[in-house]
Order: sequence, then structure tokens, then C-alpha cells
Amino acid sequence: MNADAALSAPPVSSTERLIDALFDQASISRAGPLVTGTGTLDGQAIAILATAERAQIGADLALAMARNVLDVMREAPGRPILIVVDNSGHRLGRWDELMGNNGYLAHLSTCLYLARRRGHRVIGLVNELAVSAGFMALGMATDACYAMPEAEVRVMALNAMSRVTKVPLDRLTELCATSPVLGPGVANFIRVGALRGIWSGDLSAHLREALAEMPGERDTRRELGLERGGRTLARDIAAQVRAGV
Amino acid sequence: MIPARHSFQEAGARARIRALLDAGTFREFCGPAQRHTSPHLPTLGMPVAFDEGVVVGEGAIDGRPVLIAAQEGAFMGGAVGEVHGAKITGLIERALDTRPDAVVLLLDSGGVRLHEANAGLIAVGEIQRAVFDARAAGIPVVTVIGGRNGCYGGTSIIARSCDRIIASEEGRLSVSGPEVIEAVEGVEEFDAQDRALVWRTMGAKHRRLIGEIDALVADDMEAFRGAVSESLGKSRPLDLDELEAEHARLAERLARFEGVSDAREIWAALGVNDPDRVSEIEADEFNRLVATLEGARA
Repeated sequence: MNADAALSAPPVSSTERLIDALFDQASISRAGPLVTGTGTLDGQAIAILATAERAQIGADLALAMARNVLDVMREAPGRPILIVVDNSGHRLGRWDELMGNNGYLAHLSTCLYLARRRGHRVIGLVNELAVSAGFMALGMATDACYAMPEAEVRVMALNAMSRVTKVPLDRLTELCATSPVLGPGVANFIRVGALRGIWSGDLSAHLREALAEMPGERDTRRELGLERGGRTLARDIAAQVRAGV
Repeated sequence: MIPARHSFQEAGARARIRALLDAGTFREFCGPAQRHTSPHLPTLGMPVAFDEGVVVGEGAIDGRPVLIAAQEGAFMGGAVGEVHGAKITGLIERALDTRPDAVVLLLDSGGVRLHEANAGLIAVGEIQRAVFDARAAGIPVVTVIGGRNGCYGGTSIIARSCDRIIASEEGRLSVSGPEVIEAVEGVEEFDAQDRALVWRTMGAKHRRLIGEIDALVADDMEAFRGAVSESLGKSRPLDLDELEAEHARLAERLARFEGVSDAREIWAALGVNDPDRVSEIEADEFNRLVATLEGARA
């Protein structure tokens, strides 16, 4: 690579490398933190909606991602969508709040919901990091979300959590060892049912299997949380209220 | 004589529900007598609430059936934990079975409850999905904001996933809290002590002016009741055309206000003659201003 190219092109991100490994062939383009395109696996085309470098999701990025989902619905009805999740949560800033970033994040989730209703399979895969609203707007908006073994998922880092809750850090750290609802980490998010599982080894095989699965009529995250012992009350409380008791 | 206002903001969750529903129609589900409390709070030495900080049930407004949830802002800032969230999810899902004229969510929350962060985050996602399912079935979901905690974090995303948002002048709606922005990005980015800045960045009047909320009312139970009553049976379609229209609206805002740093610049650009007065005017005068601006644009 010559010096000019090195200056103009950002280094290839782990998100782009992951996409390469997942598909037989992938044609993607990158604009800042946003990576979009189409991958092919066993002759089947799959839309790719991804972010790189632990992106902060500002109103502009959320909007660009929503645009991509709308375009897939229009141009390729029924095509499955793979979201490669890699973010540090929503961007914290005055401008984003002035614009109403919550509305942009909600719009992105709404587009993904509509895509699923219109018959697009939507699969999530957390690459490096997913934080709080960045997990809610993307990971929770999928039929099923998975994670890479080295990924991190969290609501808040433990030291910040300690400041806000006023529970000492060493006590929090100690509690995290036994409580899956409290601390960061893929293992905890698997136990509470938010992540279906970990993808390692033959990544294409995992993707193939996820795509082959028929989408359920209902979201099964509550059932998973109960089976795995990480979220034991949510399913029954919701069912009780639904029954009007 | 002007009758004394009955403040929504000052009232607790149960009083809000009583004031909004027809007298004697409320039936609570999973109520405090059942003692479904958080199993996670005692581990951290925190007190529990028998209703888990949220009241859910069904009743009627002007004789029309509704499902209603009210977060109790005085308990843990209305934050969403596992049981709290499951109560709201179950309530919204009940709409698919009973087909009420609306599901009404009185949100008063800082977002996810950090003491059970992971369960709270997932719960917020499950609530959002239940909102979409109800909307897709043609049942309107209405958010009401007027409590002390405003509507922040994941609950702000739930609010914008609904058909309609009603808020009082005192209401605030934002994904990040002022203290969090200041703590992470510095006081130059956001001074959380500057109440006027907080208000004009996140407050209901700004949100109404840019089109993020649909109705602004005075902090008065009757005003809220009237606005909720008007929303019954009115759902917004959840289809591609509607989302394209929403997308165009959101895109136009970002393009138009790129680089703007203060809400008053936005209000002036929208046609408000005296942006400094916006904070002072009462709901009625403010709504006349909005109507004039919308008329001018139409």
C-alpha cells in the first residue's frame, strides 16, 4: 500500500474482517462508522447493516441506519438482514439531545420491527461492544442476537455504576460474580436471555443455522431467561398481568 | 373564580390513574397485596416496593375501555427493573386479547434501574416490542409525561415508539440525562446545573416545537384527561409509507439544524419571534403560538 492510500483509507476494522469471514462473498462500503452492503452465503443474498470501531450512535448515524433498513425493504423484499453490532451506546452530546436522539433511535427500531413483520429475518451479532441504548435499539430489535466470544455487552461500566448506585466498587464486583442481572459481560446477557449464544469456530455455519431457523410468532427472550436461570420472574409476571390477574 | 388546579406532577401513580379514569372503573393487576417485589434490590441492601414502582390495570375514560400503567416516580426514580418492566410488558400484551381503545403509559422515569441493569435493559426492549405489536394490531399506545423524573434513558425510546406523546410544560424527554452528559463530556458540553439550558434542550416546549411530542398541556389533571380522551381510538399506521414520511421529517431536521448549539436558534428559525419568552408563556398561549407556526407552514 502506498502512503497516499494509507492516509485516505481508514484501517480495516474488525467489523469488516468479521463480515469477510462470515460470507462466501461480501460487497460492502464504509462511510465513517457505518458499514453496509450485501453478502452471499450458499447463493443466498443477505443485507449487511453494521457499525465499526465501537461507534457512538448519534442521531445522524441512527438515521443513516434506518435509511438502509427502509431501502432493503423497498429494493429487496424478504431479504434477511444481518446486523453486526459494534457501538459504545448513544452519543452523549448537546446537539444530539437538541435534535431528540431518542426519536432517531426509536425510528431505527421501528424500521427493524417493520422489516421483521414484512418477512425479513433480522439476525444480530455483537462484534466488539454493545452498550445500553445501542444494544436496545439494535440487539433487542432482532429475531435473535448472538455475540462473538470476545465481545462485551453492558449497560454501564462497573466504576460508573458504583458512583451512581453508591454501592462500593468491591461490593459490586463481588455481587457480579453471582448475579447475572447486574454486571457486564456476554455470559450474563446469555443467562438473562438477551443473547441466544456465542459464535465461534465456523462462523458461516452459525450464520447458516440462524438463517434457517423459523422466526417464532413471539419473542422468546423471557423463556430463555427463565430456562437459563438468569431472569426467573419476567415471563410469569408478564403472563399474569396479561391474564388480568 | 378560577378553580384550583389539580397538579399531575405532585400526584403519585395511583392518584394519577384515579384522576384520569372514570370514577370507580380501575381494576389493578398484580397489585401490592400480591407482593411481587424485586428479588435483586435486597441483595444490594435496598428497600423494595410492594408494587415494584409501577401500577398497572384497566378501566375506562369517558366510558371507553383502556389499559393503563403508571410509574411511581418516588420509588427509585421510576427506574425499570425486571418485575417493573414485566408488568408493563404484560399489560401492553393484554391489549392484543382485550382490544381496548388505547393503552396509556404514564412514564416518569430515569430509565433502566442500574441495580438490576441487564434485566432492566432487556425489559425496556420487551416493552418497546409489545408497543409495536399493539400498534401493528391497530391499538393506539399513548405516552403521558408530566412527572418529576421526566422521561429519560430507555423509557424515552419507548415513548417515541408509541403513537402519540402528551406532556405538560414541566415534562422532559431525552435519552441522556444532563448529569451523565456533563460527567462524560465535560461541563463545557453540558452544564447540568444550568436549569434553563436543561429545560430548553430537553423540555416539553422544545419537543413540541420540533415535533417530537404531539400535545402540550398545563400541569393539570383535567387537561391531561382531556388530551388522553382525544387520543382514544386514534392509531398511526405502522407501514412503509408512514415510516418513510417519519424518516423524511427526521432527516430534514438534522440537515436544517446541523451545528446548532442552542434551542433558541432553532425556535427562531421555526418562526418564533421572541425565543426568550417561550419559557415564560402558559400552555394556552404556547399552543396558540404552535398553531400559528403550523398554520404558516401549511
